[in-house]
Amino acid sequence: MLKMTDVKKVFRTDLVETHALKDFNLQVGEGDFVAVTGPSGSGKTTFLNIAGLLETFDGGTYELDGQDVSNLNDKHRSQLRNEKIGFIFQGFNLIPDLNLFDNVDVPLRYRGFNSAERKKRIENSLEMVGLAQRMKHLPSQLSGGQQQRVAIARALAGEPRFLLADEPTGNLDTKMANSVMELLKTINDAGTTIIMVTHDADLAKQARRNIYVRDGQVSEL
Amino acid sequence: MNYTFELAYKNTFKQANLTALIVLTISLGIAACVITYALIYLMSADPLPTKSARVLHVQLDNWDPNKAAIEPNLPPEQVTWQDATNIVAAKQAKYQAASAITWGMVTPTDKNAAPFLGVMRATHGEFFPMFNVPFLYGQGWQNAEPNEAKYVTVLTKEVNERVFSGENSIGKTLPMLGKIFTVVGVLDDWHPSPKFYDMVYGAFSKPEDLYIPFQIKAELELPHGGITNCWETNLGDSYQGFLNSECTNFELWVEVDELTHFSDYEFYLNSYVQQQKQLGRFARPINNILLDINQWLSYKRVVSKDIYVFFSLALLFLFVCLFNAASLISTKFTASTHEVALRRALGANQQNIFLQSMIEAMILGVLGGVFGLIFSLFGLQGISYLYPNFSTFLTLDLTLISFAFGLSILSSLISALGPIWFLNRTPIAKHLT
Ligand SMILES: Nc1ncnc2c1ncn2[C@@H]1O[C@H](COP(=O)(O)OP(=O)(O)OP(=O)(O)O)[C@@H](O)[C@H]1O
Ligand SMILES: [Mg+2]
Repeated sequence: MLKMTDVKKVFRTDLVETHALKDFNLQVGEGDFVAVTGPSGSGKTTFLNIAGLLETFDGGTYELDGQDVSNLNDKHRSQLRNEKIGFIFQGFNLIPDLNLFDNVDVPLRYRGFNSAERKKRIENSLEMVGLAQRMKHLPSQLSGGQQQRVAIARALAGEPRFLLADEPTGNLDTKMANSVMELLKTINDAGTTIIMVTHDADLAKQARRNIYVRDGQVSEL
Repeated sequence: MNYTFELAYKNTFKQANLTALIVLTISLGIAACVITYALIYLMSADPLPTKSARVLHVQLDNWDPNKAAIEPNLPPEQVTWQDATNIVAAKQAKYQAASAITWGMVTPTDKNAAPFLGVMRATHGEFFPMFNVPFLYGQGWQNAEPNEAKYVTVLTKEVNERVFSGENSIGKTLPMLGKIFTVVGVLDDWHPSPKFYDMVYGAFSKPEDLYIPFQIKAELELPHGGITNCWETNLGDSYQGFLNSECTNFELWVEVDELTHFSDYEFYLNSYVQQQKQLGRFARPINNILLDINQWLSYKRVVSKDIYVFFSLALLFLFVCLFNAASLISTKFTASTHEVALRRALGANQQNIFLQSMIEAMILGVLGGVFGLIFSLFGLQGISYLYPNFSTFLTLDLTLISFAFGLSILSSLISALGPIWFLNRTPIAKHLT
């Protein structure tokens, strides 16, 4: 499903070279829910960005759904991101001047669905996160937990195979964090593979599988 | 594509202040260029497009054997009474007409129309068909005698309004110059710009009020308008003495049937001068100049060098504007990097983003063109106000409008090029946390 073999990532600046990932090896199966923990600066975000095709890498191989994605062009990578991957960020990253409906619409527009199809998907996914009544609201009119739910709805609307979440509960209080976690578990139960970076050990425990990243390498727990 | 366009359109109005500033910057540069270009373009417009290459201005060198009329060795720009009458009478071209400006009192019989000093053009009848002069009523007269010596006149539309309240006045009489003239024609609006056939009062001066036959000038000994140049030292005082002198005061134009007759006509002029030499005139070597309308306009430098300098300065100004616009566009685009990174993460490819920003730049260009044209209109109005003679032709036609939009869109694309390039290289992950 998702298979990284000896993936390397080096960040070069004028002064230093940072080996963010060194021989990173990981295989994630269909329908899994992987929680990624590790110290700050260990390479968790770097791994997730590479996995989500937001970033390129410098060595090793990466297969997504059985396809080697190391040498794809931008157009192809963007299409894979659009169709197969949903992102959830710590900072929600909603577009402030678009209402919930239009925010969820963004990935669907690039997908090229017709408006009826998009409407159906947007309503369904907002329904699923419990915000169907507030479609015309702006993100700023919602609480943090609600905003993260919109971000989840946006990630789900395209029915991706993978959901990549970087500290999705990092900006939320415990109660809201738990409800987001419940939502993610429901989504995972429905078949979507989830990889979630978190600092919260309690949340990590609720995942099916835990991995620990240190110094740009994986150690299974 | 629709979505890309929609986003570009919305973004234009997102940071409205910044958009306004960018559009203003571009449009000022555009206006400067459009105004100066309009002057060049309009001034160099062909005043007789259907046949300007066949309508020719005649210059003969009857000047002082010891001194050129115009240094270093150019002939005078007008001809003498003798040459004007001889060459027109010879009828070696399809049409030929000499003309000169004169003036005199016009004294309408109608009590409601006050007498006025009329500026007139004394000319041969073929003046009208040669220059495609439009008639509202009637027509001109024939070149040949006795028509040339009859007291007939052609009025401009304005004078017909003034004297006959705009009615069809053909056949009516109009006392002027101490005689009774009969109206044979009334012109429709006619404002050739430049006034190529006689530019002694300026290339963009107004046509005269009335037209009278050429010979009437001699018969009534009417004053010599325009510029009279003489080189002989002992001229007689008499009017006839002037007519027989080497003084030049007459514009001479001919129209040849076909372009190929140009050289025939040159040949005729040479033989005419040769013949005059035998009569003791034309002491200088043969030095005729025969120019078609557009050649004549550049000979007279109707579009002065200054205007080209102004145009270059305007282009320079546009260039400065573009630098400013580039930094403003860069500010505008920088503000949207986060959104761009997010859209990329959600599936937009580089091409989507590139297209979107190109369309945004083009919308700015179109707006710059619109406002540039509005500023240009004000600018041209200002020029018309300062130089009333220009007002008849200072307008924006389709060519100038396309020039404005073309230049504006090109300008905005050029100034957006850098910002677009940077926007497209936005690292996605860096902006998303
Ligand atoms: N764009 C970049 N340029 C240079 N160095 C970078 C860049 N992104 C990450 N790094 C470096 O790579 C290493 C791994 O960073 P990464 O963000 O993956 O850590 P992380 O595990 O997500 O940390 P945290 O828990 O604090 O989010 C760090 O040393 C970081 O400084
Ligand atoms: Mg991180």
